[in-house]
This record gives sequence, C-alpha cells and structure tokens, in this order.
Amino acid sequence: MITLNVNGRALQADVEPDTPLLWALRDGLGLTGTKYGCGMAQCGACTVHLDGEPIRSCVTPVSSVGDRKITTIEGLSPDGTHPVQQAWVAEQVPQCGYCQSGQLMAAAALLTRTPNPTDAQIDEAMAGNICRCGTYQRIRKAIHAAASGGAQ
Amino acid sequence: MSATREVTRRDFVRVTAAAGVGLTLAFYLPGCSPGHKARNTAAGGDEFVPNAFLRIGPDGSVTVISKHLEMGQGTYTGLATLVAEELDADWRAVKVEGAPADAKRYNNLQWGDAQGTGGSSAIANSYEQHRKAGATARAMLVAAAAAEWSVPASEITVENGIVRHAGSGKESGFGGLVARAATMSPPAEVTLKDPATFRYIGRPEVLPRTDVPDKVRGTAMFTQDVRLEGMLTALVAHPPLYGAAVRSVNADRARAVPGVVDVVRIPSGVAVLARSFWAAKKGRDALQVEWDDAKAVKVGTPELTAQYLELAGKPGPVARKVGDAEAAIAGAARTVEATYQFPFLAHAALEPMNCVVRLGRGSCEIWNGEQMQTGDQAAVAAVLGLEPAQVQLHMLYAGGSFGRRANPQADYLVEAATIAKAIDGRAPVKLVWTREDDMRAGYFRPAYVHRVRAGLDAAGKPVGWSQRIVGQSIFTGTPFEPFGVKDGIDASSVEGVVDLPYAVPALHVELHTTTPGVPVQWWRSVGHTHTGYATEAFIDELAAAARQDPVAFRRRLLADQPRHLGVLEMAAEKAGWGTPLPRGRGRGMAVHKSFDSYVAEVAEVSLNGDGTVRVHRVVCAVDCGVAVNPDIIRSQMEGGIAFGLGAALYGEITLDGGAVVETNFDRYRQLRLPEMPAIEVHIVPSAEPPTGVGEPGVPPIAPAVANAVFALTGRPVRKLPIRVERATA
Repeated sequence: MITLNVNGRALQADVEPDTPLLWALRDGLGLTGTKYGCGMAQCGACTVHLDGEPIRSCVTPVSSVGDRKITTIEGLSPDGTHPVQQAWVAEQVPQCGYCQSGQLMAAAALLTRTPNPTDAQIDEAMAGNICRCGTYQRIRKAIHAAASGGAQ
Repeated sequence: MSATREVTRRDFVRVTAAAGVGLTLAFYLPGCSPGHKARNTAAGGDEFVPNAFLRIGPDGSVTVISKHLEMGQGTYTGLATLVAEELDADWRAVKVEGAPADAKRYNNLQWGDAQGTGGSSAIANSYEQHRKAGATARAMLVAAAAAEWSVPASEITVENGIVRHAGSGKESGFGGLVARAATMSPPAEVTLKDPATFRYIGRPEVLPRTDVPDKVRGTAMFTQDVRLEGMLTALVAHPPLYGAAVRSVNADRARAVPGVVDVVRIPSGVAVLARSFWAAKKGRDALQVEWDDAKAVKVGTPELTAQYLELAGKPGPVARKVGDAEAAIAGAARTVEATYQFPFLAHAALEPMNCVVRLGRGSCEIWNGEQMQTGDQAAVAAVLGLEPAQVQLHMLYAGGSFGRRANPQADYLVEAATIAKAIDGRAPVKLVWTREDDMRAGYFRPAYVHRVRAGLDAAGKPVGWSQRIVGQSIFTGTPFEPFGVKDGIDASSVEGVVDLPYAVPALHVELHTTTPGVPVQWWRSVGHTHTGYATEAFIDELAAAARQDPVAFRRRLLADQPRHLGVLEMAAEKAGWGTPLPRGRGRGMAVHKSFDSYVAEVAEVSLNGDGTVRVHRVVCAVDCGVAVNPDIIRSQMEGGIAFGLGAALYGEITLDGGAVVETNFDRYRQLRLPEMPAIEVHIVPSAEPPTGVGEPGVPPIAPAVANAVFALTGRPVRKLPIRVERATA
C-alpha cells in the first residue's frame, strides 16, 4: 500500500513500488482521466503535475513520488472551469480527446509559470504532447485566450 | 471508478426508458419499406426498443442515438445537428449516445446491410435519414399539443424546444408533451425544411460539440478507461515476425509475478492476465517464449523497394484505358517521366488498440471504440461459437482510429474474445496493447511505387498519360473483396488515378498487386494518400516542362470540372497565388477529390538549415456540399492537414528482415505543435448533398508541400517522407 497526495487528498494505492505513477493513478486509484499513449515519455498523454511541475507519469515510479502533491485532470478544477478548460471549450479544441488531458495539464503548468506566453514559449512547453488529430492550432489559440482571460 | 459508473448509467438509461417515460422512434430504412415510414413505439412496460435515432425524455432532454463512431471527426455533433434542425430542438438539451450493434436499424446506407463507420460517409449517408427522424418527432409533438390544447396542428409552431400556439397563448417544452406524443401515429410523410430556414445546419457561428465538455474534464469514456467488477488486464506476447508462431513457452517466472493470475496460449501469441496493467506487463516481460518463424515474413524494406521498382518497369494488368496513351506519348513533342515511392505508414492512434470482453452463458459483451459492428460481431461470434446477434457491442469514444479500428479481420477484438474464452469467461478481460504492440501489429498503409509518364504537345498540352502502380491490395482476402476487387484490380489501389480529372485525351493505368505478406489496411483517405500525391506532384512536373504556372496549367485542364476548379480558384485567391513571397520561401498547390469532396491546398514552405522542410502556412478550400457544421469541417481540414503533413515530413515504417523498426514515437516521429503551420480553411458555398470531411483534407497536403519544395529548389520530390537532401541528390 502506498499513500499518495492526489488532488488534495491522501489516497492509498495497492500497487508495487516500481509501478509507474500513471498506472497507480489509473489501476490503483481509478483516476482514468490521465492517459496511456506510449509508456516512454514521448507523447505526453500521461502528463500530471508534481508539485505544480508537469511530469510524464508513465516513466515516474510511484515510489519516487513521496508526499509531493500530485494534480491530475480530475483535480485541475473542481468543476471544469480552469481557464484552460474554458478556453478549450471556447476554441472547440478536442477532436478524439484522448491526448487532451495531457495537453491541458501541460498548458495549465505553462500558464502558472508564464502567465502570458509567447508563441515560442508555447512551442517549448507543448512540444512534448502529441495530438494525432492535429488540434495544435486551436491549442495555441486556446492558450493565448486563457492567458489574456486571466490577465483581465 | 467512472467506468463502472458509465456502465451503470447505460443500464439506468435502459431502465428509465423501460419505465415508460420516453418517446422512442424507430425508422425503417429506404429499400426496406416505402417512404421511410416511421413506427412509434410507445415506450412502456418492457417495450423500450433500443433501435432508434432519437429519444425525448419527460425532462425535455433530447437524446440522439448515433449509429456512427465518434473518433474525433465530430460525427456525434454532426448527426445531432441534423436531428435537432428538423426537430427545432434547443441545442443545449441535446445529448448523444452511441448506438448498439443492430445492422437492421443502424446500417450505413452507403454500405448496404452493414453497420459501421468509414469512408467519410457518416453525414453523407445520414443526411436525409436523420432529418426525417427529427421532422417526424416534431410532427408527433405538434400533434400531441394539438390534441392536448384542442387547436389545429397547422397553427402550432416549434422553436428552440418550445411548442407554441399563438392564438390561445399555450406553450410547452418537449418534456410536457412526451407522454401524449408517444400515443400519436407517426405521419406517413414529413416535409423537410427549406434550407433557407435552417437554424443549425450551416450556421457560421460555432455550434458547440457535444463531446467537448467531457473531453476537457477527463471524464470522456474510452475503452482504456473501462473497469468492470473482477476484470483482468491482458497483455499478449506477439511473435516478432508476421506469420511466426509460438514453438514453446515457459511461463513459470511470469506466473510468479505478484498480481499475475493466468497465462494462456492463444493462436496470436501468449496472453498474460493480471490484476493490473503493470503486473501484466511485468508478467509478459518474464515470459520465456521460443518462436517458430519457419513460415514468417522476413522481407526487409530495401528488398521490397527494389522489387517494386523492378515491377514498375514491367507491364502489368490494365486498370483503365482511354485512347492510346502509349502512341500519344511516343508521338509527343516532349515526354516527362517520374517514379514516386511511398513507405508503409502506421495509423498510430493515440489510444492504442484495446478491447474489453465479458462472457456470459450464450452471450458476449464488448466495450470498444467500435467502428465495424457487423463485421466485428460476425468475427467474434465465430470465435466463441455464438450467433452474431449474441455479441453485444458497447460503442465508446475512440482515441483516434484513422481507419485502424475498422479492421476487416477484427484482429484485436478476436484476440480479446479468444483470451476471455481461454479462461472460460471466468472474469471480464481488458486486452491492452502497448504502443509497441500497436505499431508492430501491422495493418499499415501499404508501400507503393508509381511510375508516371506523359507526353506534351508543342504548346505544352498533355496528349497522353500512363501510370503504373505497384503495391499491395487492401481489399483482397477481406469480406469486402467482392465489392472492392474487380478483375484482379483493387479499386482502392487506383482510385484517384483511374478517374484523373485533368483533360488528357489518352489515359492508361496499370496495377501490379504484390503479396509480401505484410498486413495492410486503409489509412485515412486510403488510396488517395498515394494517388493524390503521384498525380498532383506529376502535374507540377508537367507544368514545369511546359514552362507554365502550376495553377494556370491546372486551370486549363480542369475547364470541364467545375467543382475542382471552384476549390482551386478559391485556394489560389485566398493564398495570394502569384504574389511575391519572402526570399527563401516557396509556394505549392494541390487539388484532389476524394469521398465525393473537393479540396485544394496551397502550402508555403522554406528549408531549415539541416535541409528539413518548414511549412509556414496552408490555405485550404473545401467543397463538401452543404456545410452541415462549418466549425467541424474546419477542424477536420486542420486535422487532416496535420495528419498528412506529419506523414509527408516524417512518416515511414520500415522492416528489417520482417521486423518493424519504428515501434514507438521515438522513431515514428510525429508532427508536433511547433511544426504546425498556420492553417486557413475556406468552405465553398454549396447546395449539393453533403459529402465527406474526415478524410478529404489529407491527400492534397503532401503534394502541396512537395510542389512548394519543387518551386523553391527546382528539384521534384519523388520519395516520401520528404527529405530535401535526397530530393536534391
């Protein structure tokens, strides 16, 4: 049994210590919003926040997490109203939607660090997240929209 | 957690409907009964009939039942738009659910008797059917109101979910009329709206997608997310080569992994069943398997390429012959010849293939991003010794497909069912493929070689065109072979060439169908992925030989093709074709028809320092008939361009002695956000019936980029993926 600090709650996951955080969340805690795409930190579908920093949970052993704060898509906002979530709806970003939890988590972390990112900063922060449906143009637009909305 | 809840919610829906609170409408299909006669099933007692397109609840909620898979292309929203339009529903009250498998009610009208999603056909085949579904329900609600209020039905109006009688001042939401509407006879005929009065279809402002809220909260239900009581996760050790089989297996170490419950041999490999993904993965890693590769495919990409290039030089079966192209070319003032090479491509949907199976006594339930209900039911039933109707399919959101989930062999569903059967159905099984399993499984877009020759007269006008195609058949050996293959010619290998739109008096097309044993399948836009490139890149080579502007050259040859011409002109104008570009930039055009839609794209490119290509801007013009949902059409063009561009710049699956080399995203490089060009989409206004949008955005982008590189460097790009070093060699 491993205790994890997830979305502001202490949760117990019955998983082996070498289990990647991704699978501890999905299989151990039933938090299935975080997705598996590649298992080798290439696609970003598994992105969650660890103490606010975006990490690839598919290559992060659960034993290395300790009591650091984990935030998943389920905990990004209580009711789906985080500025990036609102911007994603306004720009109608998702197509198949499978990568979008990871995209949203990467974008939210970017905006925390850099409230008004340039295109180059968006490029850098989002390059690790693959979208096979090709929603990138709308993602960029939504990040800018979320940034300017937050500044108002 | 939410997966279990989702399953329960579906059961709940069934129960509430059975409790007599819904209005269920089922429609006979054209050809089955005259005039789309509607049948009203008063949903009372046990009479909930799940084969309907529409359900209206007493709370006024409008639930559209989608017969097509939502895999990102927006079909849930598109089909609901059609129903809501004729129903005059309040869009905010509209929800969408996936239909069960039932080919009698939910067949794809373009596919005859089969249910399934593909060929960019969802809106095209449903356009009339779903509007009639909405119109019939509206008529019954009006009839119910007329009876309730004792007023003439002709004086009743419906707007935005409110039924109103102005004379008496009475009005009601749909919910208040449901009980009475369910007792009304459906009208024998309904009149559909004059398109001029459409409120939802074609409206320029965004009609929000029904699936987006769940997709930004992480609550959208994919197969990967299904959790059932007692469910085991299965991973399979597959042979490293196509056609290899298990010789022997020692599972002792695998069984010793904590959480591993069972190990079973199945025809496609060795399955490890465990209480979690990670235990199954560790169990699979611990298997000791010896493979028998006596019958395996051991061909490598270099050998295959050499074989295809050799075949391209030899005459083959004729797919189309108009006039005498050889004589015309022989007598031409000038001849042009080019050979184009296309690699294998993987679909690489971000959700790897997976499937959940629960067996009961004489029953099988499957949860899947379900794309081919009728074929999948038959294939799974055959494995389990059931009747197809005993295989129940729960259609969930699919995390992409691009054609992959429409597998004619139902490969991963059959594997999941086989595993469930091997453990006698003791537990529900979730088969999970890792990314590597998904990439190694094959079913690639086939590799092809095209050899194209043409003759120009002294004025630069083409007089004859000869094209020889070499590659695997997608349809052969599948249940679709009778429809797709005629006289040895697979229509999907030559589509886009045999119907060349350009006015060339003599056309000759040949096809060598190869059989290297690599599993192949349709990949977003199918044959057009390569035929669109070969024809559009070659047109630019001809224009260059004729010393003409590529757009002007096309324009002359498309004089009799108004819709090709329409998108060509619109894209050229919006892209500023002919206007000066910054130094170091090139511009390229391609136009191609696929799935009855016409798309032209203009790409602006430059070369990076390392010779790779940077695409700055793409201007797209699309004519897909009536634009049902313009924002979704734009998103499909954007997505199709990104999908095709990633393949054009980076996509290549290679085989080394039969083994797939690119097994994950480290080697199968994808287009990423920084490489996304600025894309503008322009929709040609049209009153023609709606046609496809999921695929037609793909074919033009690779040749548009290649033509831009050609314009910039003066050297044609004849091999994909585009590598300028190689193009300039």
